[in-house]
Amino acid sequence: MAEKVTMQEILSEEDPKKRNEKYNNYVDNVTPKHSWFVNLFWAFVIGGAICTLGQALINLYRYLGAGKEDAILYQIITLVALSVIFTGLNLYPKLAKAGGAGTVVPITGFANSVAATAIEFQQEGQVFGIGCKIFTIAGPVILYGIFSSWIVGFIYWIYTLYV
Amino acid sequence: MDYIKAFIIGGIICLLIQILMDQTKLLPGRIMVILICTGVVLSALGIYEPFSQWAGAGADVPLSGFGNSLFQGIKKAVDKDGFIGLFEGGFKSCAVGVSAALVFSYLASLVFQPKMKA
Repeated sequence: MAEKVTMQEILSEEDPKKRNEKYNNYVDNVTPKHSWFVNLFWAFVIGGAICTLGQALINLYRYLGAGKEDAILYQIITLVALSVIFTGLNLYPKLAKAGGAGTVVPITGFANSVAATAIEFQQEGQVFGIGCKIFTIAGPVILYGIFSSWIVGFIYWIYTLYV
Repeated sequence: MDYIKAFIIGGIICLLIQILMDQTKLLPGRIMVILICTGVVLSALGIYEPFSQWAGAGADVPLSGFGNSLFQGIKKAVDKDGFIGLFEGGFKSCAVGVSAALVFSYLASLVFQPKMKA
């Protein structure tokens, strides 16, 4: 474990190599450490809870008369809407702090990252602020989702030609 | 019963990704891309769709389920329209999730002001 270093010591250190070393020690010391077990526990519980909510919504929409496919789509719309509202009210980031992957993995994590950038960059304007930044996370996800499914779809298409 | 299944399966997927995040310090954006692509590949191998039929929301709500529906959409479109289907199926199958995220987020940007990060 690194010895405790103060900011003063780092700033007064002349040798850049030693300064970097001291700085890294300092960062290590002030970074909050969560036990891995606590992280895993909350990821499991919060991720599981979001999926259970999804299941409850699917069951609700099926009960209201939607078909199986439609019930899933209504569920997605509802989860996305809830996540956007939670993001706007600044509650989702608080949930994410404890939940970690439990809030990133579900579709609500995707909606959160879209909404967060839209809200964050509204002051940079409608087109180059919201318009561009809304795709900061959505862009890569859509690109690689479409591209990877195109590639395996292409293989599948070749396969259909010969079978 | 399906609630317990959704909770446990969804929870396990999140737990596995948490291990990955703790080990690699990957940012959420990359994690999402990895999940989608994993879902697409598992779906193409014929693994994810039966898994999703069995696990319900526990498999559909994680982004890997999004990847699954991407490939299922492309497969359906290729079966129907051949080559053109390759360019139709993906967007069709992710249309609802992506449109909902974009529309609601834009509306949210009109309603909510940016806050200092907690």
